[in-house]
Amino acid sequence: MKTAVSAPAARRSGGPAGRRRPGGGLSGRLGPLGVTAVAVAALLVLAALLAPVLAPYDPDIGSIVQRYLPPGPEHLLGTDQSGRDLLSRLLYGARTSLLGAAAVVVIAGVGGTLLALVATWFGGRVDAFVGRVLDLLFAFPNLLLAIIVVAVFGTGMAQATVALAMAYVPYTARVLRSVALRERRLPYVQAAELQGLSGVTVSGRHLLPNIAPQILTGAAINFGYAMIDLAALSFLGLGVQAPTADWGLMVSQGQDSLLQGYPQQSLLAGTCIVVAVAAFSVIGERLGGRAAGGRA
Amino acid sequence: MQRFVIRRLGALAVTLLFSSFVIYGAMYLAPGTPESFLVQGRTVSPEVLASIRAQYGLDDPFLLRYWHWLTGVLTGNLGESLTTRQDVASLLASRIPTTAWLTAYAALLIVVFGVVAGVVAGLRGGLLDTAVLLGSSVGFAIPTFFAALLLMSVFSVTLGWFPVFGAGSGFSDRILHLTLPAVALALPAAAVVARITRTAVVEERDTEHVSVALARGVPWRTVARRHIVRNAMLPVTTIVGVNIAALVAGATVVEHAFTLDGVGALLINAVQQKDFAVVQAVALVLVAVFGVVNLVIDVLYAVIDPRVQLGGESA
Repeated sequence: MKTAVSAPAARRSGGPAGRRRPGGGLSGRLGPLGVTAVAVAALLVLAALLAPVLAPYDPDIGSIVQRYLPPGPEHLLGTDQSGRDLLSRLLYGARTSLLGAAAVVVIAGVGGTLLALVATWFGGRVDAFVGRVLDLLFAFPNLLLAIIVVAVFGTGMAQATVALAMAYVPYTARVLRSVALRERRLPYVQAAELQGLSGVTVSGRHLLPNIAPQILTGAAINFGYAMIDLAALSFLGLGVQAPTADWGLMVSQGQDSLLQGYPQQSLLAGTCIVVAVAAFSVIGERLGGRAAGGRA
Repeated sequence: MQRFVIRRLGALAVTLLFSSFVIYGAMYLAPGTPESFLVQGRTVSPEVLASIRAQYGLDDPFLLRYWHWLTGVLTGNLGESLTTRQDVASLLASRIPTTAWLTAYAALLIVVFGVVAGVVAGLRGGLLDTAVLLGSSVGFAIPTFFAALLLMSVFSVTLGWFPVFGAGSGFSDRILHLTLPAVALALPAAAVVARITRTAVVEERDTEHVSVALARGVPWRTVARRHIVRNAMLPVTTIVGVNIAALVAGATVVEHAFTLDGVGALLINAVQQKDFAVVQAVALVLVAVFGVVNLVIDVLYAVIDPRVQLGGESA
């Protein structure tokens, strides 16, 4: 997500905001809320990366005599129904949850970009065909498409990630196609084409860099959605499987405990999801407003 | 208008035909054979296996099987469940009321709370505006299943106001049972709708025709009603429609959280048990409902805004 933050910002480093506040960099463009969001997101990524170092206990091993311990010096956030340390599970859960959402965004971004470039470059029948296929996929609600893919390939983190990415491709492809199409009609692209450069070269060297800001903002916005949807799939028992630590799965596994009056696990994991989604959607919104020349 | 509706219905039929092919094809390509699922690990003689294959027509070529399935679906025969041998159509029919009530309830909440909050925030501004903006940001970030658990924890477990599980029977009992699920389901969508409505109202408020109307001495209430809100409703219709259509699939999560016996719960069960006969049927029905809801929204849009080109390609 680092690139998503810096790329469009860097593109505008010569802009008026940059001149007014030299060295102010990102903060000037993101605003206080944006900066907070970036800080929160960075913290979450850091927590995920350093989970093996930070986690005081093994996330998957617990002792049944220590179940439902309240927060205390031994277990800072208490333990779950199997006596596993909740802090450790949340830290490791950050890895699964963030990595899963990132994978969805990357796969959907690459797939959508390729489809958009192919459709714009060849135009005509190819474009029409891609359009029809996308229309067909649009006939399915997002979540339903993901559930069908899981039905075919089986439950599991990898399957759920691919399933969700497939559900996101149509949206990404449609947005990027319209952007790429505008770019494709510009004289410099046609000049490059007349010089005899191949479609791959022109698409890769000229079209791709120019639609990159839209690709990145799309990715940042999708990240929040992907995280919620992936957690929902895990909640439904179709995504990440026990005993792997994952925020969505933790909310789900905490449901029984919650009904028995031990809400910690669901509350903590759910709060992590809310905070992460809020942070990434604020970042996406800010970048989106900037990249589109908006006023956000 | 009639031609527009008929053309859209035709397009929907074609989409459904292709969707049915995609759905059936996807299940066909899934690894694992149906008969090995049907015998469920028991050792059976090849003769029994062959008779099972014959009974379910598993030796027929793909297109023939698809054709049988499709003609069955068109005559209301959705096949039978691989696990329970129940008729899928009647299984589905028994699940539809819960989901229909839930989504209708949630849709109502989205329209009422989302649009009203957005309009009020946009017109009044100030503290109320900030509150709605903040609320919508938070509301959007809360996943439905987490909202479901929070509501359950507070209102069912702690306060005991609402039942935890079940869909209830009869009107008032249903409403009581489905209130928390509907609120959980409506929350993220209502947040988005509130935000879009607010933006639309604020933008409309700053237009020239509004300033002119005010300058001419038209009372603020009239201007707000006739000039601002009415014009702002166009983008709102779209976003409300998109969100209501998405409830069709989103209900699945809430049904799972509250263990409601709806269509979505049926789908998830079928997916986990690899009961493809049920998965196919439910998926096709959901796609059909999704398509019909979208169609209704497009027609409504044309009714609200006569400028929408009925003859041309609707974008």
